[in-house]
Amino acid sequence: MTKIHITTTVNGDDAEFLCDPRETLLDCLRDELRLTGAKEGCGTGDCGACSVTLDGRLVCSCLVLGVEAQGKEITTIEGMADGDTLHPLQQKFIEHAALQCGICTPGILVATKALLEKNPDPTETEVRYWLAGNLCRCTGYDKIIRAVMDTAADLREAS
Amino acid sequence: MKYHTPHTFEEAAGIARTSSGTLRYLAGGTDVLVQMRADIMTPDDLIDIKHIDGVKTITKRDDGGWDIGVAVAGAEMSEHADLCADWPGVIEGMDLIGSTQVQGRATLVGNLCNGSPAADSVPAMMAAGVTVSVTGPNGVRQIAVQDVPTGPGKTCLAADEVVSAVHIPARGDHGGDAYLRFIPRTEMDIAVVGCAVNLRLDRDVISEACVALGAVAPTALIVADAAKALIGTTLDTDALAALAQAASDACNPIDDKRGTIAFRKDVAGVLAQRAAKIAYSRAKGA
Repeated sequence: MTKIHITTTVNGDDAEFLCDPRETLLDCLRDELRLTGAKEGCGTGDCGACSVTLDGRLVCSCLVLGVEAQGKEITTIEGMADGDTLHPLQQKFIEHAALQCGICTPGILVATKALLEKNPDPTETEVRYWLAGNLCRCTGYDKIIRAVMDTAADLREAS
Repeated sequence: MKYHTPHTFEEAAGIARTSSGTLRYLAGGTDVLVQMRADIMTPDDLIDIKHIDGVKTITKRDDGGWDIGVAVAGAEMSEHADLCADWPGVIEGMDLIGSTQVQGRATLVGNLCNGSPAADSVPAMMAAGVTVSVTGPNGVRQIAVQDVPTGPGKTCLAADEVVSAVHIPARGDHGGDAYLRFIPRTEMDIAVVGCAVNLRLDRDVISEACVALGAVAPTALIVADAAKALIGTTLDTDALAALAQAASDACNPIDDKRGTIAFRKDVAGVLAQRAAKIAYSRAKGA
């Protein structure tokens, strides 16, 4: 099978990889670019653990082919902190203990960051619906929702 | 698997014509990639249609209707204020599909051509009178959405045809549409029953109506008797009762753990009434 050469942008940096056209973007990020923050949960777009943004749009990277990344801008959880300085959402998730095993956490952080960029003042209901495609099997959602609401309030105050 | 990125629909149809194996088109990929992952099928030829001009645009036509590119995602439709104002029911149908992440990719045409009888956007498009352009070896033909699905997973499209645009009619004055579905939970599920109602008023009287049901037959279907029950009425109690009866009578559903036949028939009537009330109040401008 001929591999295809893909050039793309990941977290603001130029990136390139070779991929089989059947490979998902998630596989390419993890196996070719060694960005293992996005997790594979279900592999069928149900759990959200592989969430990334593609040209600013929140998607499941398991439902995108690597070849589709050609010329696109991708952001992953690895692009969220600024060096050693955590993003406010990451800081709040720690403060609220909004994670236990952490497998779902990268996807939830990427998804909530996308939400707050679109809607800085979401209601709790809006947050819960936005995150309906991000499954967590241990934290239990309430702490996650509280961390998101608290971050949103802080960011509004700061702006 | 060969991955193709044609720049025109004619080129895409040409690739399809010469393909001898399994062929799939890739727009949002939310069905195709799941099928590949589940080993249901791996295409020999995968045609990514997103490199074709216009597939990501939403355009208001001079006649007031809308042309939706075949790769426009649900989220892009929901963010389009004017489109939402004209056709809230079509938007509701599309927006109910999957999660936020799925909405970032999923398309109307994918939902239509996947051929699920429970596809949420399909009854909404049928009720709205949506048509699609189909590009094939003999040029482009127009097909009503209601004529596309022919059974679970099956469409009327030939192997060398590809849907190349979606056309929503002009909303016109005093019209309103709505789509509702029943699922056993609050989000992220497949319709047990779906119902779309599109109608137009002459003062308080319904002058035009179309009612479509999903998930209660091998394909989504238009229920002519349900529309008849509405036309000429002010959506009074008798009209609502006749509407529910017609909707229930039109059902030919499967019987499974998510909904028995009796339950699906009953819910079809209930949803038809509720969707009609919403469509009516939208038509009134409420």
